[in-house]
Order: sequence, then structure tokens, then C-alpha cells
Amino acid sequence: MSAETRPGAAACTTKGWFAAHKWLILRRLSQFSVIGLFLLGPLAGIWFIKGNLASSLILDTVPLSDPFVLLQTMFAGHLPETTALTGAAIVLVAYALVGGRAYCSWVCPVNVVTDVAAWARRRLDLRGGVRINRRTRYWVLAMVPVAAVATGVIAWELVNPVTLTFRAIVFGAGAAWMVVLAVFLYDLFVAERGWCGHLCPMGAFYSIVGTVSLVRVSARDRGACDSCMDCYAICPEPQVLSPAVRGGETGAGPVVLSPNCTNCGRCIDVCAPDVFAFTTRFNTEVDDGDKAQPEVMRKAA
Amino acid sequence: MSVTRRDFIKTNAALAAATAAGVTLPGIDKAAEADDGIRWDKGVCRFCGTGCGVMVGVKDGRVVATQGDPDAPVNKGLNCIKGYFLSKIMYGKDRVTTPLLRMTDGKFDKNGEFTPITWDQAFDIMAEKWKAAIDPEDPKGATRVGMFGSGQWTIWEGYAAAKFMKAGLRSNNIDPNARHCMASAVGAFMRAFGIDEPMGCYDDLEHADAFVLWGANMAEMHPILWSRLTDTRLTKPGCEVHVLSTFENRNFELADNPIVFEPQSDLAILNFIANYIIQTKAYDEDFITKHVNFNKATTDIGYGLRPDHPLEKKAKNPGKGKFHKIGFDEYAKLVSEYTLEKASKMSGVEPEKLLRLAKVYADPNKKVASYWTMGFNQHVRGVWVNGLLYNVHLLMGKIAEPGNSPFSLTGQPSACGTAREVGTFAHRLPADLVVKVKAHRAAAEKIWNIPPGVIPPKPGYHAVLQHRMLKDGKLNAYWVQCTNNMQAAPNMNEEGYPGYRNPANFIVVSDPYPTGTAVSADLILPTAMWMEKEGAYGNAERRTQFWRQQVDPPGEAKSDFWQVIEFSKRFKVEDVWPADVIAKSGHAGKTLYEVLFANGQVDKYPLTELQEGFNNTESKDLGFYVQKGLYEEYRRFQYEGPKKGHEMAEFEVYHQTRGLRWPVMGGKETLWRYREGYDPHVKAGQGVRFYGKKDGRANIIFAPYEPPAESPDAEYDLWLSTGRILEHWHSGSMTMRVPELYRAFPHAVLYMNPLDAKERGLRRGQAVKVQTRRGEVETRIETRGRNKLPRGMVFFPWFDVNQLVNKLTLDATDPLSKETDFKKCACRVVAA
Amino acid sequence: MSDRSQPMDRRRFLADTARAACGVGVFGLALGLMAGQARSRPAQALRPPGAGPEDDFLGACVRCGLCVRDCPYDTLKLAALGDDVAVGTPYFVAREVPCEMCEDIPCVVACPTGALDPDLEDIDDSRMGLAVLVDEETCLNFQGLRCDVCYRVCPLIDKAITLESEHNVRTGVHAMFIPTVHSDACTGCGKCERGCVLEEAAIRVFPRHLAKGRQGDHYRLGWQEKAKRGESLVPGLVDLPDRLPEFKP
Repeated sequence: MSAETRPGAAACTTKGWFAAHKWLILRRLSQFSVIGLFLLGPLAGIWFIKGNLASSLILDTVPLSDPFVLLQTMFAGHLPETTALTGAAIVLVAYALVGGRAYCSWVCPVNVVTDVAAWARRRLDLRGGVRINRRTRYWVLAMVPVAAVATGVIAWELVNPVTLTFRAIVFGAGAAWMVVLAVFLYDLFVAERGWCGHLCPMGAFYSIVGTVSLVRVSARDRGACDSCMDCYAICPEPQVLSPAVRGGETGAGPVVLSPNCTNCGRCIDVCAPDVFAFTTRFNTEVDDGDKAQPEVMRKAA
Repeated sequence: MSVTRRDFIKTNAALAAATAAGVTLPGIDKAAEADDGIRWDKGVCRFCGTGCGVMVGVKDGRVVATQGDPDAPVNKGLNCIKGYFLSKIMYGKDRVTTPLLRMTDGKFDKNGEFTPITWDQAFDIMAEKWKAAIDPEDPKGATRVGMFGSGQWTIWEGYAAAKFMKAGLRSNNIDPNARHCMASAVGAFMRAFGIDEPMGCYDDLEHADAFVLWGANMAEMHPILWSRLTDTRLTKPGCEVHVLSTFENRNFELADNPIVFEPQSDLAILNFIANYIIQTKAYDEDFITKHVNFNKATTDIGYGLRPDHPLEKKAKNPGKGKFHKIGFDEYAKLVSEYTLEKASKMSGVEPEKLLRLAKVYADPNKKVASYWTMGFNQHVRGVWVNGLLYNVHLLMGKIAEPGNSPFSLTGQPSACGTAREVGTFAHRLPADLVVKVKAHRAAAEKIWNIPPGVIPPKPGYHAVLQHRMLKDGKLNAYWVQCTNNMQAAPNMNEEGYPGYRNPANFIVVSDPYPTGTAVSADLILPTAMWMEKEGAYGNAERRTQFWRQQVDPPGEAKSDFWQVIEFSKRFKVEDVWPADVIAKSGHAGKTLYEVLFANGQVDKYPLTELQEGFNNTESKDLGFYVQKGLYEEYRRFQYEGPKKGHEMAEFEVYHQTRGLRWPVMGGKETLWRYREGYDPHVKAGQGVRFYGKKDGRANIIFAPYEPPAESPDAEYDLWLSTGRILEHWHSGSMTMRVPELYRAFPHAVLYMNPLDAKERGLRRGQAVKVQTRRGEVETRIETRGRNKLPRGMVFFPWFDVNQLVNKLTLDATDPLSKETDFKKCACRVVAA
Repeated sequence: MSDRSQPMDRRRFLADTARAACGVGVFGLALGLMAGQARSRPAQALRPPGAGPEDDFLGACVRCGLCVRDCPYDTLKLAALGDDVAVGTPYFVAREVPCEMCEDIPCVVACPTGALDPDLEDIDDSRMGLAVLVDEETCLNFQGLRCDVCYRVCPLIDKAITLESEHNVRTGVHAMFIPTVHSDACTGCGKCERGCVLEEAAIRVFPRHLAKGRQGDHYRLGWQEKAKRGESLVPGLVDLPDRLPEFKP
């Protein structure tokens, strides 16, 4: 990949712009629909869903609760009512199916912000910055219940940019836009994919939820890969790609099994030869083609 | 009053000298200017009939503060929460500051938009409409023009309006909003005593041993008097308070004997008390032998509805007020029907409570003060029920002495001083005279220097009838001043609003604010209020209080009486009087202004008599001290008229005192009337004399229980009572514009018993519709709070312009007083 | 991959881990301090009916806003970032919009976690705060005026607020009506504070721990104990008659 060529440029040429942005568009639609559904009540008086991502109620009957937030209240010493527990169970099951971190790419409003930051970083060709270990998020995740236990307060929710942002959109802003701005600037200037890919404990939590999720991306046509590297450039968690894409060499299966894959589908979009596709984790069907790609893989590593 | 007789005479003498010399006195009326640049001067509260004295602080042409006058005898520096905000009532953001006429393309159009015009244009179109409605040769007088006034008019405003209508336009179609308020009390005063207004005064609040409240929520409606009553209850050993009402109001907090009775059964309770007094031979035999006549009322008198209403057709003697003399024994027999059992059954009150109440009246050693307001007066048998209470007091001789006092409280600041005393009712003339009596008309015509026959002998349309006549197109030119009658009058849907919007009619409303009434009219006149004019009010204890103009009115706003007087310039006597009357008068070719106001009496006092340092907009416009002229001419009625007992002091005296209770004679106020030693009209040796009646005797008038006009039934299953709350004054046009008062009680709610709500599947705070046969209003229900309703009854305050409660009420009146019963009609409540 | 790089990677791994752990630890400490501050809610911020003590509430509330959504009077709002109240938690300010004490308590019903106690079935049992007449010097009733708006707007009138009448010594003929709050009935709905007509309210609702005093257990009020028992705590004590001079008529 050259700095001059945007990732996905080739895909645009071969597949057309829409096909090269299909999943992006669908994700944005999903993210804004979630916001829109929550805003339908306060703005239009149509109460399809009430509350916010922490806990909500669909059509005054189906409860949904964020298990991550609910766990914090339990660590803080509160046993929630059945409503919230039921809501959390529904959410857990859903994400266990569609991929835990699908929350990040299909629902979370901060994702929009960090995606924009990543896009801007590419456009402005900003490189480098602070290097943070991707495992840091698990440390943060470990710290969250400790803080809850120690303080008796669901302390993380005082600063959690995800819930802050969503609540700000649905209930009114306050100073929450400053948090959004901070995340954006941090991702733009300090660390590439710094928030979602390295620090966010919610993402870490949902990655665990999605460890065995059903829906996955598969590099099933990896034989057709032309090593353009666009998928790596676009992927928010590029480390998850290698095992599947270079599996032809190592003998690994084509399915992206890392729980940190957010199922965003951008690799599918930007791949001109259509290597990737959504499928289930059990579909190991693969076409390795006739070309071996050891050099490419080495470069990538 | 703290001025001794000596001081009084000295002051008067000094004043006479000063007036003659055309100088103002140092030390008198010289308002002190404090360090902070605020000028303080004496005033009186704008709100209820209590008449609290206040000091008004003015700076830079604006009332910036008020305070309770610490030396005012009524309130000693205290105020209620409305009085606390007096300084804000004139400064609502939407004051009307220019005449506004409904116009389309520059021309009057009944359906046009309100458009600013000049006063000249306003009077032009009014004169055109009025003249079109007046036939000078009509022997009945001008019945197609009318005026609706107010117990909030100043004394001279009411006087000028009554004179303009009756002596100028030859129309008795003038009535005040006091018709909705005090008419029943007036009727009973006249029937029992021949003179209007209470014999006692507020001092009874300290003298009485027991208090009985009959349909008067004093705790909210007369807050300062209530604190006096409470203090007596608190500090006087053995003092007890009996409270009667159709629901539990704030009075009940103090009640030793709380009584919630079935609506209308007060008639039965009072007859039971009379019966008890007779059965136990507790009555004052000497008193009734010397001072009382016994009578019985004509019964089955209808409900003051339209004549074609089934209830009126059914009634045997609709509207008949005649009563017939009977003996004590017959009276005793008539009331004997009202046993304790019967009264208890009819009222739903435990016998012990009724007995305790009866015993208080029957105890010769207990001084009893009875108070009532709208519970008695807004009653289809209001005159009767007022009278039945007098019966009880008269039987015991508990009347007209300190502490023994049946006392009718007034709701408005000058219901007594203006509405009742200067003759603004459709049947009255100043100083208790009436249009029906030839000698009274003649006296008025003489004092007014108008030819005999100008004042029509037939009473004009009363308040409720005015709305009916407007609707029927028989009253076509109509002027409303100083009241919000569209919101206040009953049955707005069927009677009020259709009349205003009837294309045959031209409606003028004078008001400081765009009230519901104003915006229903065709022409709105911007009006000066309260301290924007020199004024005078007369409170419930016959106390007359004056104030000077403290600030100038905003924009083009002018006072009500300036408007009346200016309008009188638009008429020549030829426009309004028959030719033969004019021929006798020597007034040919004159304007009504010249005949009525520039008549050598009203224009007698020069501008030099105005107090230095104060403006007087009307006087400066007209060129003479108009308030003084009107007042002094009115005073001639008190001294030269055929009825005595209303005497007041000279004009200036009131500017130097904190109000005086009439009759003011020999430099002294009168606290208790009809009793020797207190009342100058009772001669030595007479003891007690009810001199309003020729034989000096008061009337005990028996009247039975008769049912209300409308009662709950299967379809409309609840009693509906309307009323007021402490925070807001009547229709809220002033207090709803005070942000703090608005915040304290922003929206009316429907008070309801929690079980009634539950039975209907309604929750507290839920939006509901209140429905009657006449209309529907949306509100929220309140099952808690200040009023606790019995099962089967709801209470709905009427201050809120957004919830027009009078869409619901029935225009049934007491057929004698023509006062509406706002306390009883049938409604239902359903979820909105 | 060279052999040399392995110790380097391990070292780097250890260093990275230590850095991450320390960084997160420091952040966690800061977070703990913030959480401590979050507990110090301003006195005018009141919690919805059924909210437990602030410590419990901050642990139990997930900041979902469902109570806010179901409040029919828009009394409740969610603390936004920058408010003095723990961000995202529901509260109301009585002076702005008081609680109307709905019979069905929709906010409690809406709460999915039980942060608002689902056992609260009678709104009269709620204890959102306690009204305190904080300023007798400006309260109009203490000057003898007849305001008592706080009393009349009280949904628990005559229970939560009573008017205690006293003789007005200055005027000699009027009573003063002293608004008196009773903590055993006051729910802290704030209607009184909202209604107070002064520029700054003389009666205010505070969280109960700020508003209520507590007597020591070492002293009892004798007359109250006697009334509770219905007789003297030591029955059977006798009183001998007093010797008085005898008068012969």
C-alpha cells in the first residue's frame, strides 16, 4: 500500500463505490438507527424504545440491559431486580450470537468518532504517536470492578465515554461533548485506534462475550488475495486478520476467530478480489488458490 | 380610630381655613420621602373586602414597594400573600395601553382583529352604537343600552357610572359584579333591617366568645380577619369555633365543631336552631317583644332561570319576595317541623354536632359572631338563608352589640363602599334608595338637578339577565368596566359568550389587562388601575378609605370614571331624553356632561385644592377636582335623602385618617349600629332601634327548606361547587400576572374525594374532563391538599383563565336577589 | 525471527505490562477519588422516590434514565456531565420542578435495577428529602403575614406541615401561623419550596441526612415516654397533701 492510495481505492474501481462501502453504510445506518429509535420518543413522542444503552425498555415490554454496567452495580454491592437481569441475559445471548464486539462497530456511538479519527489520520497522513499495548484494555477491564468494589459506586460510569456520549445524545449534552472531543483528539494525535482498540474496557468486555460467537468473518477466498494490504490498513484491529488471511501458509482456517474482531465488515468492503465474507464460525470452507503468499505474510507480520 | 374628637375638630377647622385660603397644610398629608428616595403614602389593598391599610412606595414614577400600614386598625401592618405582591399587580407585561377596536380594512368589523385607535375614535364609534340603541321617546327608558360594573370600582367611579346611566341615559340597566357576590346579603339586610350592611364591625372578632362560619372560608378568603379570629380562639378561655361547609376547607383546622352538611340543607339546620331556641325557651322574650316582627315568606319561588325553563313553569310563585306578618306562635309552629332528627337526616350531620351548635346560639351568656360569604350568598335561597340566620340572632337578641354579630363578609374591596352604597345595582339609587319608590326617584332627581321623570321607575336588567338579553338581542350597546364577567358569570357557553358575539350587539370592555372578557368584546378601553388614580373603597365593616394618585397610568390608559365622564360629552339631552322632559328642565341643548358633571356641584372644587406633589389625571383633564365634586354631591344623598344612617364625613377628612366607619357623625365613627350609645341615630332610652324600618322593628322571616335547582342524578352524579383560593384574586387577571403567585398555584385543579376518584378509575393528577349539561372543561384531579371533599362532591376553583369553570355552571339564581348559585350544580368526571 | 529478539520481547512484554498495570492503577485511583466526590451531591439535588442512601444508590443506579422518561411532570432529569450530581443519575431540584407524588409512582415502576425500591407502594412512604424552614427571619408567616403557601400546597397538609398558631404580641389581635414540618410525614416532594413566594425560598428540602438532627440515646423526654406507656414509668408513687392555712368563713 502506498501513502497516496487510499485503502479501498482498488475495490471502488472494481466493485463500484457502493459495494466498496456496503458494510460501512449498513453499520452507520445501524448506529444512527439505534440513536434514532431512542430519540423517537423524546422528539416525536413515539415510544418504541425508552432509556439508553445502559438499560432500556422496548414497547414497554422487552427489557434490555448492558451486562457490563449491570456487573458493575453487582460489584458495587447491589443485587439488581429481575427486570435488569433478564435484560442483560437477552443482550448477552444476542451478542454471543452476532459477535461480542459487534456492539462496538454496529451500536456504539463512540465508534463513529474513532472511525472518523482513524480516517482523518489516514487523510492527514499522521503516523506514529504513543504506542499502547492492546492488552491494556483488559487491565482497565480488571480495574473497573475493583473500583466498583472499592468505592461502592459504579465508578467507571462516571467517565465511560460510551455511555456518556449516548446519554448525552438521548437526554441532553451537558459537558459530554468534551469527552467526545477528547477521545477524538486522542485517537487523532496521540495513539492510532487508541481508544477502541487499546483502552476501552467495554470493548474488552464484549470481546470476552463474543469469544465463541457464531457470526464471523471468513477469508474464504484467501487464494485470490493480491496482497494489496488494504484490509490491514482499514481494520481497527488488524492483528486479528493475519491468522485467517495467511492461514494458507500456516494451515489455519479461514475464519477470523479473534474475539477482538468487531465484525465491522470493512475488510469485506475494501477487498477488491472479494476475499472476505460474513459466515459462521463453523463454516471453514476455503479456497486457498494456487498461489502461496509467504512473502506477503512475512511483510505483514 | 386614634384621633380624638378634639383633634378631629381642630383638624377640620384648620382644614376649612386652609381650603378657603387655597393653601395646603404643612404636616398633613405631606408624604415623607425616605433616604432611599422612595415616597411613601397611605393606600388600601386592591383585593378583598377586608380593607387592609397599606403604605405605597413610589420612586421614579413607579410603585416600587408596599408595606402593611402598622397603624391601620384592620391589619396592623400585616398583609396576606396577595397583599404582599400589591406592588407588582400594575406591571404585568401585557397592560392594554391604547383603545383597541376589532377592525378589518380600517373599519369596525365584529369579526376583525383588534387594532389600536385613538380615544376620539373609540368614543365616536361608541356614541354611534349607543345612539342607535336609544329612543329618547321610549317611555320605558333606554333598555337596549347597558353597563356592567364592579365592587372594585372606586366610590366615585360607581357613582359617576350610576348617575350617567340612570340620570343621563335614562337606563337602569346597570348592575355590578357584586350581584354575583353580595346581592343575597343585600336582599336579606333590606328585608330584615331596611338598611344595607352589617350592624357590627371587625371589633366583634375580639369580643365574641364563639364563632360560627356559615359558608365562609375565611382562612383563605379573608386571611387577615382569620388571623384575628384565630387569635381570639387562642387567647380567650372557652372560646369555640364552629365551622359549617359543604366540604372540609382550611377553616376546619381550627374547628371545635366541624360540620360538613349536604348542600342546601343549611336552610333546615338554621330552622332547627330556631326551633331549638323556642323549644328550650331560650329566646330573649323582652327583645323580641320590643324589637321584632314575625313573618313568613312566600314559598315555591322558582330558580331565577329563563321563564320558559321547566323549573320556572313548575314554580307557583316564581320570583315572589313578599312576606306576610304572623305571630310568634305561628312562627314557632312553622319551625317546629325542623326537629333535630329531621335536620340531622337532611344535612347528614351527626345530631350531637347540630345540638352543640344550637346550644352555642341558645346560651344567653355566650356572645356569638356568625360569618358568611359565598356559601350563603351564592345560593338559590340566598336571601332566605341569610334571613334565617338573622332569625336566630334576633330570637336571642344577640345582635348589634360587641361580640354578638351576624356579619356578612364581602369579597371585593368596595362591594359595600361602591357597589351597594352609591346605587350601581339595577334597582338602586345612592344611599339605599331604590328606583321603584317615587319619593326616592324624586329625591335623586332633586339632588342631581334633573327634571322629574328622567329616572325610569322599573329596575333594569340584573347581571344574569343582561347576558340573557344580550343573547336575545334585546340589549345591544353594552359597557363592562373593572370586572372579568365572561370568566365570572355562570353558564358561559349558553348565555355569556353568545351574547358578546351576537352580531346585533356592540360590546365595550374597560380593563387594564386583556382578560377573557376584554378579548370577547368589540372594543377594549385601556384602564388606569389602583394607584394610578385617586380613589376610595368601602370595606365590609363600613370603613371608607381614600388614597391619592401615586403614579401615572401607562400609555393612553385612563380611569373608568374619566371614560364615563368623557363619553357623556358625546350626548346632548335631546339624544336621550323625551322632549317633554327636556322642556321642563331648562337643560335644552346641553350635553349630558354639562347636565351631570359640569353642573355646578361636581365641578365646584378648583384644582387649587389638589394636594401638592401628587398628580390627578382626571381633575387636570377636566379642570376641576372631580373626585371631591362627585363625592360631595353623593354625600348630599346621605344628608338630604329620605333615608338616614349612611352619613359620611367631608372629603378631606378621609385623606387624613386611616378610614372611618359610617355613619360618621359628630366627628365620631360608628362601631355598632342600632344600639343606644353606639349609634347616633338611636335616641337615649330606646335601647335598640332598627330605624331602617318605620316601626323600628327588625323582621324575623320564616322560610322553609326548598331543594336546589339541580342535584346529582344517575347521569351527572356529583355536586359541583366553584370557589376561590387564597393565592389568586377572583379571575386571576391581576394575581396570575405576578410570577410568584402564579408559581405558587399555577393551574386550577379539581378537588375530589379519593374514593370517588378510585371508583371512577382515576388517579390523583390525572387529566380529566368535568362535564355538565352545559359544557365541559379539562383539568387534573387533586385528591389531597387544602380541600377535603366528601363523597359525591367536587370543588373547582375558577381563577384560571385556561380552565373556564363557568362553562359548567348553571345560571340558576336566587329568584329574590338574582344572585347565581355557583355552589350547586350536577356534574360528572371522566378521564380525559 | 532471530534468537536475540526473544529476551528483548520478553523484557518489552514485562515492561509493557508493568506500564499498563501502573497506568491503569493510577487511573483507577483517580477514578476512586472521583467516585468519592460524586457522593457529595449538592443539598438541593433530590433523588426520586424510593432511592436508598446515596452510597447504595450510586452503586445500584445504571443511569439508564427510564425513571426520567416515565416521570409525567418532567420533574426528574439525568445529571449531565458537568452538573454537580453524579453524571447520568436521576435527580430533581424542588425549586425548579417538585415531585407531584403520583399515586402509581411511575418512576419506581420504571426502574429496572431496583435502585428505586420496588417495595415502595405508597408514595406517602417515600423519603426524598425533608423540608426545613431555614429562614425564620424572612419567612412571611413568622412576621405575622398570611402567606402559608408552603402549607397549603403540601400534598400532606396538616400532617407533613402544620400551622402552629401563636399570639402576635406586636399587633395584639392577630395570630401568627408558624409553618411546622413534621419529619414523620414529610416526603420531601418539594412543593413547599417550589411554592415559597420569596426571592430565595425560606423553606427548602434537603436530603434527610442533612436535614435531620438526632438526640442521644442517653436521655428520654419524660412526658413522651409517659404518653407512650399510658401511665407513669414508675406506677404507684404517691403524693402527700400540702399543708395549707385553713380559712374560716
